[in-house]
Amino acid sequence: MLANKKLILAHFWLAFAVFGVALTLGAWQMFIRSPIGTWLSNPELYYRSLTAHGTVMGYVFPTLVAMAFGYAISESALEQRLVGVRWAWAGFWLIVAGSIMAVIPIALGRASVLYTFYPPLIGNVFYYLGVVLVVVGSWIWVALMSINLRVWRKAHPGAPVPLAMFANVAGSYLWAWTAVGAALELLLQIIPVAAGLKATIDAGLARVFFSWTLHAIVYFWLMPTYIAYYTIVPRAIGGRVYSDTMARISFILFLVVAMPIGMHHTFADPQVGAGFKFIHSAFTALVALPTLLTVFTICASVEIAARLRGGRGLFGWIRALPWDNPMMLALAFSFVMLGFGGAGGLINMSYQLDASIHNTQWITGHFHLIFGGAIVIMYFAIAYDLWPHLTGRELIDLRLIRTQLWLWFVGMIVTTFPWHWVGILGMPRRMAYFDFSDPAIAPQALSVTLSAVGGFMLLTSGVLFLVILARGMRAPQADAGPYRFALAVHQPATVPVALNTYALWVGLMIALTLTNYGYPILTLALNEGTSVPAVYVGAQ
Amino acid sequence: MSAEETHGSAEVAARIERRWATIAVIIIVMMALLAAFAGIHRATMPQPRVETTDPSRLHLSGEFVESNLGSVLEANGNVTVRAIGQQYSFTPACILVPADTPITLRATSADVVHGILIQGTNVNTMLVPGYISEQLMRFAKTGDYLMPCQEFCSFGHEGMWGKVKVIDKTEFAGRAKGGGRLSCVGQ
Repeated sequence: MLANKKLILAHFWLAFAVFGVALTLGAWQMFIRSPIGTWLSNPELYYRSLTAHGTVMGYVFPTLVAMAFGYAISESALEQRLVGVRWAWAGFWLIVAGSIMAVIPIALGRASVLYTFYPPLIGNVFYYLGVVLVVVGSWIWVALMSINLRVWRKAHPGAPVPLAMFANVAGSYLWAWTAVGAALELLLQIIPVAAGLKATIDAGLARVFFSWTLHAIVYFWLMPTYIAYYTIVPRAIGGRVYSDTMARISFILFLVVAMPIGMHHTFADPQVGAGFKFIHSAFTALVALPTLLTVFTICASVEIAARLRGGRGLFGWIRALPWDNPMMLALAFSFVMLGFGGAGGLINMSYQLDASIHNTQWITGHFHLIFGGAIVIMYFAIAYDLWPHLTGRELIDLRLIRTQLWLWFVGMIVTTFPWHWVGILGMPRRMAYFDFSDPAIAPQALSVTLSAVGGFMLLTSGVLFLVILARGMRAPQADAGPYRFALAVHQPATVPVALNTYALWVGLMIALTLTNYGYPILTLALNEGTSVPAVYVGAQ
Repeated sequence: MSAEETHGSAEVAARIERRWATIAVIIIVMMALLAAFAGIHRATMPQPRVETTDPSRLHLSGEFVESNLGSVLEANGNVTVRAIGQQYSFTPACILVPADTPITLRATSADVVHGILIQGTNVNTMLVPGYISEQLMRFAKTGDYLMPCQEFCSFGHEGMWGKVKVIDKTEFAGRAKGGGRLSCVGQ
């Protein structure tokens, strides 16, 4: 049952429209800093573009996708009309207002601080206020997900919460809590300075606050993708979920251990001692666990589908899979990119290895491969899967969809593999141009050029994606039936309370955050004399 | 399928799943132990202490006044390098060090966040204003290394490249005889 189709479509369209803009900026950046681009006479333009690209791709695009998907899950998995539709629209318009408020100072070159803020660099106050509005808009969604689940529980006392909704609400709680770090940084530290109320700021403390958000936000981006792995893919390819219980455990693990690990972003920082760096490193290893469990469960679910289709043999069943089905293709591509990206992530998590690639292009390659690759390709798949149900029209051209997915996959590999390589050679991030005439840098020219070619493949794929969705709005009408999620092999009749509610896990998430962040934040906050003068960006 | 068979297959599924979960946990524990072992045994730990400094007074007094920046040969034969980063250069812009010698790099920022990365090595640290970064390093071979700023520090970031020149140990000792702070700026 999808009653509020307009609401969901509005979120998706806004998400994909801003994605298209940010993708174009990204491709331009890759071109202009490569040897095939002309020498950029004003590097400041590059950093405007980079700030816009990061702000949109980090804060606006995935948040809107999670919200759209969340509303769709709430209505179809719970089979219940969305409660609080007006509030949902209010959240949507807050995000629109926040995005416009943030993008104007960026375009004017008054907020080129990148989406990671980097105080004591301080941009125009409206940039930060815009980001705050976007987050507040998304918090309305968090509250609505919780309220809708509560309404459903009242009508179905003791019944197992459908897996898709269970995971969706876990994701929303994760986002609510992980956003608090950046919110504290913005509200307590940056905005007072940007508004001219204060002139100094503790850059070290700000970096620790931001690390609270910076890592778990990736798991918030990841949630729709994992929900699609478990609850869409098996249904779409004619299989079953191998284990409902393991799925729930994975989502709970994300909720608990995605949070207290963010300080691995500060391994090279002087304001955090070695002890907490080690603790966060060990916890970061732990967050690989839900992914390892997921890889097993999804591969097993896919094998079930293949054997139901007559697949035989130890590996022979792989051939029996429906490879012409876009969902199958997207899943396979996503897993390959998750594999490479995850392996890179394990390198980043140990500070011994991190030291050789910290803040190099390796990192850029890593998170583009994970987020832009493994995660976003499933956003495409989610949109393709939901579109007929939202528009009441069929997506006819499967060949074009497959081409789009292939192009995105190949484009992402061509972009990120050379990035990893030049990162190992020590090429730093966030440079508007490189002096390729320097003999020490010249050998990297070929890799940077390859990356730029990959960037344009991605842009082509992104345009194709938008064309497919737009054409889907005008295709012949066809009733897609009710939207359904995959069933487990052994669909649970009852679920233990711990796997059906969140109180324990949210409590643990907050407690672990306090133990892993409380002491470092407190000591930094109490440390007098570490506030440094703000440096205003774009000040005339 | 009878109820008994369903029960049996659920058991098999759960058993396989438990086995995989155990393997996954072992992998993760091994990784954490390896990191701990490497950290303790090979002494590759991040800097242990948090040291602070006032960036607005760096040029007036203390460790990072201009006359104290550069490389100094300590009495025990080790070398200490002091440097600062500011928009958009390092001081000294060219760091001179001997090969095959334990070196301590102490650095900080005079304005915004910067980073020091010496290409071809694993020397890599952030410079956060208000805090002092310390890194131990040792170069096996002589030669020139590029040292870019690795953190966005505003519009001139892409132009912030320093150099490290590693020279022979005895040559360095010769140059250090007169005392003072060594660098390779202008050479």
